[in-house]
Amino acid sequence: MTPAIEVTLGEVAATLALIAVAAAVSLWRRADLESDIGLAVVRSFLQLTAVGYVIQAIFDSDSLWLVVLLLAVMVGVGAFTASRRASGVPGALPLVALALTVAAAVTLGLVLALGVFEAEPRYLVPVGGMVIGNAMTAAAVALNRLGDEVSDSAAAIEAALSLGATSAQASAGLVTRSLRSGMIPLVDSTKTTGVVFFPGTMVGMLLAGAAPIDAVRLQLILLWALLGSVAMSAVLAVSLAQRRFFTDAHQLRER
Amino acid sequence: MLRGVDLDVGTGTTALLGPSGSGKSTLLRLLNRLAEPDEGSVGFEGRDVRELDVLELRRSAVLVPQLPSPLPGTVADNVAYGPRLAGREADVGRSLELAGLGDAYAERDASELSVGEQQRVMLARALALEPRALLLDEPTAALDAEARDGVERTLSELSGEVASTVVLVTHDREQAKRLADRIVELRDGRVAAA
Repeated sequence: MTPAIEVTLGEVAATLALIAVAAAVSLWRRADLESDIGLAVVRSFLQLTAVGYVIQAIFDSDSLWLVVLLLAVMVGVGAFTASRRASGVPGALPLVALALTVAAAVTLGLVLALGVFEAEPRYLVPVGGMVIGNAMTAAAVALNRLGDEVSDSAAAIEAALSLGATSAQASAGLVTRSLRSGMIPLVDSTKTTGVVFFPGTMVGMLLAGAAPIDAVRLQLILLWALLGSVAMSAVLAVSLAQRRFFTDAHQLRER
Repeated sequence: MLRGVDLDVGTGTTALLGPSGSGKSTLLRLLNRLAEPDEGSVGFEGRDVRELDVLELRRSAVLVPQLPSPLPGTVADNVAYGPRLAGREADVGRSLELAGLGDAYAERDASELSVGEQQRVMLARALALEPRALLLDEPTAALDAEARDGVERTLSELSGEVASTVVLVTHDREQAKRLADRIVELRDGRVAAA
């Protein structure tokens, strides 16, 4: 396959002019973000360049095992990031890792089984990355909300427990609210896609010279697949996390 | 919080009296197993609570919380909640009547009632389960004097009519004398006088 688009380092460097604008705004309004902007530029360059070489190496080797390894690393990093944001949930890391693994495996498994993509690294790596990234955000938002809900509603939960409700019954409402908060951002952005913003895949394909209709179709496939994976990730994460707040005897754990 | 408490609560109304932090509420939470003792055991009707089905225990020894925490929905939804979980039909009208609320309250939104009225809903909600023991955690602490007198009147009328055992947690000695057959004083997590 011949590359549809070539970008030189010079062209990338030219874009630093816009970074200069950002730094100038920060200096002028004393926003104190210059060093952060500098760090962001350096980190984004190094991280993306490194991952670019990694992906290139995986494409060259054409090894599905390397794809699985890369996705596993993404799940690990994603689970770590999400569980740090879900600080109100005790022991969140393993259950977020499980939620991300299931969401990624089922989503990729389905799109492969349905013949949407072929089992090749050039499909699996970017799609897997998007699935895991979105699943991570959904799990983090849902668990963050769950932790807040449980500590805010401890009295109401115990009131329900003391009337003979199981821990699942006593927390059903807040589990549902947490699930919704994890899913709503993607549902909303899917509703407004193409009107308020152009999603990244479509932009990338258009820049790379693809026909708009092809770009749109691929984008639809991805958005719809992401909705499924985000739902799986959020529902698994909150269902598993809900149990962490209770003992087997339907007692709210002291925190 | 509680240390070396050896207490046998029989039938009738027992008041657990003591200043805040003396372990009164903890004792109630141990009785319906919302909390677990670090050491020792808690029994209900002669059996260790850990041997009992915890959901059945909580339906038999029902706790009325200190601060009303109505569930979303109407008063009737609140009253029917416990029995519905147990697969039983609730007698909403009778529970409301016992708690001193008229039928007119049934369809009102529980969250829009006054604190005094909400406390009566909490009582009705507990009574709907027809418990054998009623655990009242400072049932009048959040109320003004008038509402307190009303709830106290209701509680005296209830005694003997519904739950055979009532445990009343209070910091108010006069209230304990007015309502209880027996007073147990707690201080710093120990029984000071019984």
